Amino acid sequence: MTTRAVEAWTLAPLKGFVGEASARLVLLMTPAGQVLAQHGFTRALDVMSAAALSTAIVASTTEIARQLGEPPFAALTHQGERHGIFLANAPTHQGIVVVLVVYDLDVSSIGLVQLFFEQLRTELHAASPKTGVPKQVLAADFERQLSDSLDTLFGR
Amino acid sequence: MSGYERALDLVTRVRGVRGAMLVSAADGLVVAEQLMEGIKGSAVAALAGSLANRLARAMGAGGIGATLFWHLQCSAGALLVVPAPSGVLIVAVADTEVNVGLVRLELLRAAELVG
Repeated sequence: MTTRAVEAWTLAPLKGFVGEASARLVLLMTPAGQVLAQHGFTRALDVMSAAALSTAIVASTTEIARQLGEPPFAALTHQGERHGIFLANAPTHQGIVVVLVVYDLDVSSIGLVQLFFEQLRTELHAASPKTGVPKQVLAADFERQLSDSLDTLFGR
Repeated sequence: MSGYERALDLVTRVRGVRGAMLVSAADGLVVAEQLMEGIKGSAVAALAGSLANRLARAMGAGGIGATLFWHLQCSAGALLVVPAPSGVLIVAVADTEVNVGLVRLELLRAAELVG
């Protein structure tokens, strides 16, 4: 399984997490849907869909929390017959990183994913550069940046 | 006192036991716990759940039936586990000098209580 990163500082924490939690797929992205790193995806289309859907879920639940007068939800978990999905935020010096984890129930569990996600959060925060402004994507640049990111993530 | 608390009490009253937990084996999440300070329950639960699933597969592959009790002896203590039929693991974290036979007995009684 391949692990690749657009933002190099995310790579080591991501690799550590994947190994410890036995995750099948992991996607690190900004709340706007820019992909920072991925593990296990084999098709660019899947990454784009997963990023769009994950950030939409985060946006929806954040808005629900806001309407309830609550702080944003810490994590969201869905469990199916064979796979589980875990979606949570990790604060870094470069802003919030949204983390999507898909795990096989045969080889991992929500307990393991939660346990090692705490470590991932800490490591991402520590690894993120303190200097430099996080890149903002303008609508005009979006397609080019997306294409560049996918090229990096899939080694084209 | 709930059934879960009574089950944990059976185990924690044994001298040398530093804590007891009920863990959902499938999820690796804590159901109930009575732990001394310094023991990270969520970590023990996640790793014990993972281990239980792998052991169950190993036992199945070996054709030797279901796990009834496991005892991991470490340099500074021991982890003792009995799976209940409901899919809950009864986990004890103990010192090295604990009476393993007595803990096993109480874990089995706790498993009966939990069902």
